[in-house]
Amino acid sequence: MNGLTFDIAHLLAGSLVLISFMMLYQDRLFALINVFALHAVVLALSVAWQAYIQDAHHLYITAAIALVFKAIVIPVGLHRIIQRLGIHRDIETAVGIGPTMLAGIGLVTLSMVLMLRVTPEADPLAREDLAFALSIILLGLLVMVTRRNAVSQVVGFMSLENGLVLAATGAKGMPLVVEISVAFSILIAFIVIGVFLFRIRERFDSVDIGALDDYRGERR
Amino acid sequence: MTGFSFDAVAAILFIPAGAAAILAAMPNYRMTAVVNVIASLLTLLAALSLFITERPAPGQYLLVDDLNIVFIVLNTFVGFTTSVFSASYIAHELETGRLTAPNLRFYHAMYQIMMFGMNLAFVSNNIGLMWVAVELATLTTVLMVGIYRTHEALEAAWKYFILGSVGIALALFGTILVYMAAQPVVGEGTNAMVWSVLIEKAAQFDPALLSVAFIFLLLGYGTKVGLAPLHAWLPDAHAEGPTPISAVLSGLLLNVALYAVLRFKLLLAASPQAIGPGPLMVTMGLTSLIFAAFMLYRRRDIKRLFAYSSIEHMGIIVFAFGMGGPLANFAGLLHMVMHSLTKSAIFFAVGHIAQVKGTQKISEIRGLTESHPGLGWALVIGVVAIAGLPPLGIFMSEFLVVSSTFARHPWLAIPLVFGLLIAFGALLLRLTGVAFGEPRGGMAPVEASYVPMYSHLALVFAAGIYLPPPLVAWFQHVAGILG
Repeated sequence: MNGLTFDIAHLLAGSLVLISFMMLYQDRLFALINVFALHAVVLALSVAWQAYIQDAHHLYITAAIALVFKAIVIPVGLHRIIQRLGIHRDIETAVGIGPTMLAGIGLVTLSMVLMLRVTPEADPLAREDLAFALSIILLGLLVMVTRRNAVSQVVGFMSLENGLVLAATGAKGMPLVVEISVAFSILIAFIVIGVFLFRIRERFDSVDIGALDDYRGERR
Repeated sequence: MTGFSFDAVAAILFIPAGAAAILAAMPNYRMTAVVNVIASLLTLLAALSLFITERPAPGQYLLVDDLNIVFIVLNTFVGFTTSVFSASYIAHELETGRLTAPNLRFYHAMYQIMMFGMNLAFVSNNIGLMWVAVELATLTTVLMVGIYRTHEALEAAWKYFILGSVGIALALFGTILVYMAAQPVVGEGTNAMVWSVLIEKAAQFDPALLSVAFIFLLLGYGTKVGLAPLHAWLPDAHAEGPTPISAVLSGLLLNVALYAVLRFKLLLAASPQAIGPGPLMVTMGLTSLIFAAFMLYRRRDIKRLFAYSSIEHMGIIVFAFGMGGPLANFAGLLHMVMHSLTKSAIFFAVGHIAQVKGTQKISEIRGLTESHPGLGWALVIGVVAIAGLPPLGIFMSEFLVVSSTFARHPWLAIPLVFGLLIAFGALLLRLTGVAFGEPRGGMAPVEASYVPMYSHLALVFAAGIYLPPPLVAWFQHVAGILG
């Protein structure tokens, strides 16, 4: 494989991991959503690059979906929801930023060690893509567990799905079925969550999951 | 090519899908419950016809084999009886105003979409399609769990959604890894996701990659099976949603995820150098069993109690399949069928009980066999069955699990029997309080549909006494396939 194409793919996937790290330390909702939009733009670029080097034209559709839905429609929608709910204050993180970053570094190391070890025979590009993708998935999980606010958990979940799309496009010739379904599932997930947010808003004037948390495990 | 050219399989997919569209558009909410029952019955008939019609060759997307027929028939049967129960349950909810007519339209449409998703997961021959179907079934149940829109229901639905999505995301990553492992052998494109192709060539796949993939798949789909420590969503979702949904969650949706795990277990077993899936499944199964058994003691909510009991039984089933071998697989399969039937019957009874008494708190329900003999005794039989007492079907399947464990790994039998006894004690302890003694709570007569629960219990009872030889032969054959 041509060195330059490999480097560009590597650069884009690596930037996604970096942007995932950026999400970890955002303490404002708007900033978090903007970083997520950036994440989606880089994902779109990365997918488009994969489409170009694999000569797989259907991947351009995935890239377009990432760009239009994840980088534009969803962030704009989330901005609106936040404004309507009036919750553009600080994010209440459940864990401090320092430990979160350390945990993030640990997770990335883990995924590199794991994925690079089990895929010695795979195509080097796909192999590194997979390692990066697992890092992004784990970082997305970390965002979800360290936030108490429903909107930021949603953002964490969507960045996790971005990691999945990266993995799916990195796997050469993976059937279109799955990519589109991933894109659709994100859309559906978004609708579901939107419904939930409005319902929660209706009832409690808050989307802080902490407010729901007093109900724990058992009816007393 | 697409596999849609044959009838029975198309029917079990298109009937629920079409019914969902009709139900969503139907203005008359009284009719929707009837249409829901009819659609479920037709789906069941279509599923039964799979036995007699000629089986189609596996396509790129759909597949019917001896393994999934068992699951499909069980799924559509419980789906049908639950729809009958749901009709009477929902009528009561309408009267008390907990649900409104638009809620109901939505509920019935979602019910059919869920059935579609589950049936699709069973017949799919494509691991990508299977994932999509499981995700679809999950999303619809999330919406239904939240349908009461109370504080608790919303939290339950949110928790279920978040944990379910994380699980499903891990499963997708596992699916991608399986594709990566298959791609160098099978070649690029759809074929590398077709299960019947994968299983033939699994021996040549990179074992390390396949092993990692299985761990992701087990964690991912295991979340949906409700295996500890990934079970946190399950008790909430069962307790706060409408009871028919608790019944299908326990009786069916857990089986869908289990089926996915089994398919991938077969794939892994076909690759000799990959890690054995058995020890992983045995460990997770035992953990779930013992954990849930202890949790049973501290329950105060009756639906939560039986939700934990579902975790316990899924643990036993996963344990049995993890052990492998013809006898343990046979026991696991039988236990799965028995558990689905019994647990949904229990939820049918519990649903009516909660409606009559106006509460789900165990301490406020007393003396059911006196105040409502029909419901009370159904609950007694159900709990006796689920606790594993003879002569009911679960006794037999649990006995088979235990004896096959003793025969092969006696040490594992100790924690298994320990867990079973702990759970047994907890269930009987709760049962005596709820079923006997001085009646307490609402005394109003109940307009319950007894047919679904007693038909389930009759089947479980019959299976405990006598299993017809053709059924035994069929299950033995399937157990053989499961390796």
